[in-house]
Amino acid sequence: MTTSTMPRNHHSHRTSPSHKKPLNWRRVGAWVLVAAALAVTIAPFLWMLRTALSSNSALASNAGNLLPADFSWGAFKRVLGLQSTEEAIADGGSGAAINFWLYLRNSIIFASITTAGQVFFSAMAAYAFARLRWPGRNKVFAVFLTTMMVPPIFTALPNFLMIKNLGLLNTMAGMSLPFLFMTPFAIFFLRQFFLSMSREVEEAAMLDGAKHLRIFFQIVLPNAAAPIATLALLTFIGQWNEYFWPLLVGQDENVRVLTVGLSVFKSQSPQGALDWSGLMAGTLVAALPIFILFIAFGKKVVNSIGFSGIK
Amino acid sequence: MTTLTKQPGSAPERSRKNHGFKNQPGKRSRTGRLGDLKIALFFIFPAVIGFVAFFLIPTIRGIYLSFTEYSILGEPTWIGLKNYTAIFADELFWNAMGVTLQYVVLNIGFQTVIALGLALLMHRVAKSTFIRGALLLPFLVANVIVALLWFWMLDYQLGIVNEIMSWVGLPRVAFFGSEQWAIPTIAFVNVWRHMGYTALLIFAGLQSIPNHLYEVANLDGASPTRTFWSVTMPLLRPVLVLVLVVTVIGSFQVFDTVAVTTNGGPVNASRVIQLYIYQKAFGESDFGYASALSVILFVILALVAFVQMKFLKGNESDLD
Repeated sequence: MTTSTMPRNHHSHRTSPSHKKPLNWRRVGAWVLVAAALAVTIAPFLWMLRTALSSNSALASNAGNLLPADFSWGAFKRVLGLQSTEEAIADGGSGAAINFWLYLRNSIIFASITTAGQVFFSAMAAYAFARLRWPGRNKVFAVFLTTMMVPPIFTALPNFLMIKNLGLLNTMAGMSLPFLFMTPFAIFFLRQFFLSMSREVEEAAMLDGAKHLRIFFQIVLPNAAAPIATLALLTFIGQWNEYFWPLLVGQDENVRVLTVGLSVFKSQSPQGALDWSGLMAGTLVAALPIFILFIAFGKKVVNSIGFSGIK
Repeated sequence: MTTLTKQPGSAPERSRKNHGFKNQPGKRSRTGRLGDLKIALFFIFPAVIGFVAFFLIPTIRGIYLSFTEYSILGEPTWIGLKNYTAIFADELFWNAMGVTLQYVVLNIGFQTVIALGLALLMHRVAKSTFIRGALLLPFLVANVIVALLWFWMLDYQLGIVNEIMSWVGLPRVAFFGSEQWAIPTIAFVNVWRHMGYTALLIFAGLQSIPNHLYEVANLDGASPTRTFWSVTMPLLRPVLVLVLVVTVIGSFQVFDTVAVTTNGGPVNASRVIQLYIYQKAFGESDFGYASALSVILFVILALVAFVQMKFLKGNESDLD
């Protein structure tokens, strides 16, 4: 009896106009807020594109024009090295150059090496912490975890001195080494997944006489492909965007990465005469790989954020 | 079954099947005590190298250097507490601390409130991955790029923001160029970059609140505001505190945005502590002093984390 009246009450509740209207208005208001948040988030990127497609000389007189002022691919050409200095200056550029292809190559090498090393070595350590039994395991893990608290600036100065003493300033090795072996977060992240894996496959493999290396490579790594890919993606994005350490160690043209290159490009041009369209074209192209990665794997990144919140 | 338990790797503790065999005397338990030590050492070896070389030794060396006078040429000379006493009398240090604190308060205050609002919106109306992804976009782009983008949009002469403000009849503002606006502007830029990310963290927390609590509140006739303050907020507090720990510690270390836009200026209005450390070390080659500054920053961050963690622990029991 009660069960049959309940849904009916519920039903009338929902269709009664006095209840529906305020609820609807609240929803409309909420969606307006969502739309506003999206606009605030996305509009600056569109402005970046609009500026990049404008010519510098026209920007000054058309500051408020919502469409590209004097549409031109010049800025992109300039960034990609397809435009001579004279042409750039004629186009209102400052004449400051950005060696885009070299910096792009450096960014790719730096981000790839550090991501590959960090994820692989962290996976090895995570395997030892999750799947192997040895005395002191939890204590060592706790020590690793506490390093999560050490701020990068604190280790940056001594690390800089060490890299300098090793003669590795302005080398890819010097830039990559501190990131290459582990981060506490990467170990923590993978350990959680390794812990939840079923032991049975592993035990069956053991009976077959498989050694730990084979278990690691043939069972653990393939089974954890999804979390490893997520971690690699997050690490790559972080490394691609890294600025402070490459600024300290990788100032030289030969190893300069895009983030450093862009800030140098900005500081090289005289104040007030910044090559804005060139700068915006440069930032767009520098962010492009991340946009592509995000479009391809966005769902993975978004869904992993809740978990990676511990950072 | 018996052969299975005799395998060295079959952790008797974790596998419930093996519980009964745990107290078996003899050879097996002895190898059990050392376990897979040898192979474990092999697996953690690279991580230990990284830990010792780039965390442990630098930490010790950084503390040691803070008691020395050391320009990058020559050897460090021990000068005891001189750096620290000098720091206490250093007006630029106190200025940098003040500026950093101002930034942290503005950044965290706005970021947390906006992110909480966004998280509630995502939870109630807009669950789509697309929207979440779009809000996350600024977080994925490098600090340097975000800084350059806003440096352009907030430009005094040509920036679109000032352009719009003058359409509405507001006076133009030198966002990065005036002493009173530099820090609020930098704080705003980083709120923009981080709000979607922080919202996602809070959203994850919201999703862990059991639905039946809302149903009960609804049946009791509680208003949405009432439900928010007496169901959502108390249960969300641990997540909020965790988010605060992460973001406060992160925002104390603001550097990229400042270095690219104002470089500490005008005058010293935006010289945050990390920029000051950087300038002392690489501008003035005063590594000893810079190390002492970073020890102080480290101590502050550790204290902040400690206090917040205590707070977090106190609340964890609420949820369980």
